Amino acid sequence: MNATDLANKLREKFGELVSTPTEFRGEISVNVANAERIVEVCDFAKKELCFDFLVDVSSVDNYGADPRWTVVYEIYGIAHGQYLRLKTNVSEEKSEMPTVTGVWRTADWHEREIYDMMGVRFRGHPDLRRIIMWEGYPYFPLRKDFPLGGKPTDLPDIAFTKTAPIEGGPFVTTPGGRDAIEREPRVRTPEN
Amino acid sequence: MTETTEIGYDRNIEGDVIVTRVDAALNWFRKNSIWPMPMGLACCAIELMATGASRYDISRFGMEVMRFSPRQSDCMVVAGTVTYKMALAVKRIYDQMAEPKYVIAMGACASTGGMYRSYSVLQGVDNIIPVDVYVAGCPPRPEALLDALIKLQNKVQREPLLADLKKPGPALAQV
Repeated sequence: MNATDLANKLREKFGELVSTPTEFRGEISVNVANAERIVEVCDFAKKELCFDFLVDVSSVDNYGADPRWTVVYEIYGIAHGQYLRLKTNVSEEKSEMPTVTGVWRTADWHEREIYDMMGVRFRGHPDLRRIIMWEGYPYFPLRKDFPLGGKPTDLPDIAFTKTAPIEGGPFVTTPGGRDAIEREPRVRTPEN
Repeated sequence: MTETTEIGYDRNIEGDVIVTRVDAALNWFRKNSIWPMPMGLACCAIELMATGASRYDISRFGMEVMRFSPRQSDCMVVAGTVTYKMALAVKRIYDQMAEPKYVIAMGACASTGGMYRSYSVLQGVDNIIPVDVYVAGCPPRPEALLDALIKLQNKVQREPLLADLKKPGPALAQV
């Protein structure tokens, strides 16, 4: 049974909640329409479809679009060796969704990282603290509207930050360019 | 090493007597027993370990006594990327070292922030503690670190130690 069949089983079970599977370079993705119901989809995928390994949870900032956040779950079954990607959207006003730590315990730190970097909160998480930045840091640095050089902060006796000098950057690499001049890191604005 | 002629000693002429300055003698003792503290924060620490290992052999310069306690060390080798999360811890450890104390900023990250022009990385450890020697490289080769240690030895040799002892040091001035 390949990943498309497994994704279709999810669709049989949940109907309109789960979109038709899409394939890109051999990888199968489905969208879950309602983030509030992600737990029951994940629970079914783990218990009935043997997706017993949560590879990664990541988040996407669709800055300027609505809903702003996409949370992506990469799951894998050790028995059948198939990968599946679940995507679900969360609006910026809400910025909150249920945790899947009850399904895969490894989601704990992945969700803490998303909370730390993107600011999406996970309801029911056993220990939702920042994981990389320190408690009390006021921003979410992976958001698109956060400047690359950072913002100045000061938390006495814990940590401070300053703005890093970017010197005309950010410097952008363009893979697949014709020559080294096109490929190497340079200041690139949308005009040139 | 150009200043090696401070003690011109010929046993046949001078007998068992050496004439020198107290400053020079004390500094000569001190510079050949600098106890470094490895502040290993990233990949530079691997080169620091290589410097301490048999192939490059830091003990040729009397600096092999790596101490992991700031109370027992003279020279902090900041080897690696200093993040803002670690910055105040580095400063706190530096403050715990006894005077006189020295700092080597090893590698591009510790010196300037290196390639990390980022919200999370301190742009040079000299923003929080005074640095005596900067070592270029990403990471620097062990030879470069040894060169920095020799430069630090030369700096120690030039210090007016006795005059400094009579002045209140930075540790006293803060009280």
